[in-house]
Amino acid sequence: MAGLTLGQAPTRRGRPSARRARRQRLFRWVVVAVLAVFFLLPLFAMLEFTTRGAGGKLSFDTWKLLFNWGQLSQTYPDLSAGITASAGLVVLTVALMLVLLVPTVIWVRLRLPGLRRVVEFICLLPLTIPAIVLVVGLAPVYAWVTYFLGGSSLTLTFAYTILVLPYAYRAVDAGLSAIDVRTLAEAARSLGAGWGTVMWRVVLPNIRSAVLSAAFLTVALVLGEFTLASLLNRSNVQVAINLLGKSSATMSVAVSLAALVLAFVLLLLLSLVGRGRRRAQEETS
Amino acid sequence: MSATVRHPAEPAPDPAATAPGGRSRPGRARLSRSQLGHARSLVGVVPFVAFVTVFLAIPTIVVAVGAFTGDDGRPTLSNLSALANGYIIDAFTRSILLSATTAVIGAILGALLAYALVTAKEGGLLRRIVTAAAGVLAQFGGVTLAFAFLATIGWSGFVTVFLREHLGIDLYSHGVWLFDLPGLVLVYTYFQVPLMVIVFLPALDGIRPQWREATESLGGSTWQYWRRVAGPLLAPAFLGSTLLLFANAFSAYATAAALVSQGSPIVSLQIRSALTSEVVLGQQNLGKAMALGMVVVVAVVMALYALLQRRTAKWLG
Repeated sequence: MAGLTLGQAPTRRGRPSARRARRQRLFRWVVVAVLAVFFLLPLFAMLEFTTRGAGGKLSFDTWKLLFNWGQLSQTYPDLSAGITASAGLVVLTVALMLVLLVPTVIWVRLRLPGLRRVVEFICLLPLTIPAIVLVVGLAPVYAWVTYFLGGSSLTLTFAYTILVLPYAYRAVDAGLSAIDVRTLAEAARSLGAGWGTVMWRVVLPNIRSAVLSAAFLTVALVLGEFTLASLLNRSNVQVAINLLGKSSATMSVAVSLAALVLAFVLLLLLSLVGRGRRRAQEETS
Repeated sequence: MSATVRHPAEPAPDPAATAPGGRSRPGRARLSRSQLGHARSLVGVVPFVAFVTVFLAIPTIVVAVGAFTGDDGRPTLSNLSALANGYIIDAFTRSILLSATTAVIGAILGALLAYALVTAKEGGLLRRIVTAAAGVLAQFGGVTLAFAFLATIGWSGFVTVFLREHLGIDLYSHGVWLFDLPGLVLVYTYFQVPLMVIVFLPALDGIRPQWREATESLGGSTWQYWRRVAGPLLAPAFLGSTLLLFANAFSAYATAAALVSQGSPIVSLQIRSALTSEVVLGQQNLGKAMALGMVVVVAVVMALYALLQRRTAKWLG
């Protein structure tokens, strides 16, 4: 009907919509430009702050030190310990998330569809429990963890796995919804595959990109986590940055920027993976 | 694993193959076998359930029970009544004020940006870049964000120095506000706007151009279109997203912890001082009571959000 009106009176309808398009373009660029300044300014300021040398000259000493691991761990032992702890936590948490969550979600889909809502509820629960609240309840639990496993910072991986549950679950669940798990599983079973083979060699390869995005989100979250680490008296890169901020602001800003750029790259990769997946779906459907 | 329980490729024990008289027995056997299969399937979720119990359920129970337990281990309501203390009420008020302010600012700016993106060409470069950047920046918080702003408008930050040396403007002529509530509002806005873009964009995408054309063909103006068609349709989505932003700001801790080193103006920082400082006698579980208060606020907000989300899905899903 709208097309009909447009066809009948092209001059009368055409002009206002062209004006609107122009107005919208102007509005768009003003909004985007203003907000771009607001969002890019702190990033630029961080770069400027860390390259500020004596006498107003450009200096890359901080960055050279940051990428010189031997010297860094000598000058700032706490920082290098924090970076090591965070790297270990990233690996452990991704592994624990993959081992614990992915098989469970697939298994529930295939064999226990009645439990799906329950598992979803459990996985999304950490969204309504702020980390600062979780840490209050985790303190006694971690007293036991320390008793059994020692006070290493790597034990944080248990709590981090809880924190990433909502994000990882949604990623994996979206991946599973996009494929026909049941038919795939039945086809494999009718050809004589055991459940292990079904999960490992049939379902998992089909949700590879979903699992990858769950892993990326986990990495980004673990790299940025501060609340639990600091209040459970453990160390990671964020705790180290915060400590360092009191003595060497330049270095802590440099590490912040580096951590941020790393998270940027990871999450941009993630959005590329997501787009690739969507495109592949569009092509198949 | 449970290949013997149900194997479609092996139809040997078919009831039809047995004599008619013996039909009931294999039937019952199959029933109990499927129950057995179900029980065996349940074993598959045991590791997950055990883990979640220890690291999610027990902490939640600790907080909930601790809030009602006195130092002597007896049930009491004194922790909750201690929440009525002036400084705790103040902390909750400031937290709610901070969250509401940043939620509203973030929602308005984010909605404008999201609308700007919708008017752009679908799948265009601008939209792709901004959505990806929003996805990154919404996750950006914590200590790194605090240091980003220290480098920007801290005492020797880039903007502060630039304004002081080139324009003669002193950002802090009225005192250093970065480490107080106004500073927190500014810093929180940095992650609220991108979050709004992410959660509000799908709703805006649900608006069909045909509705606008229909309004125009009926003689409606742009104002009438926004007032009577798009506005009411988008209102639940906008409100819901604002609530989500509120919950997001309310539960934030790390940014504030890194910025504010003196005093505990907001609830999450009050909980920190309850956890780390020497425990005042008779108030060992006060932190748990405050934590419970936070959970209640967030839960109410999220329930409203879910409600509004359902309403949004009716038209814009």
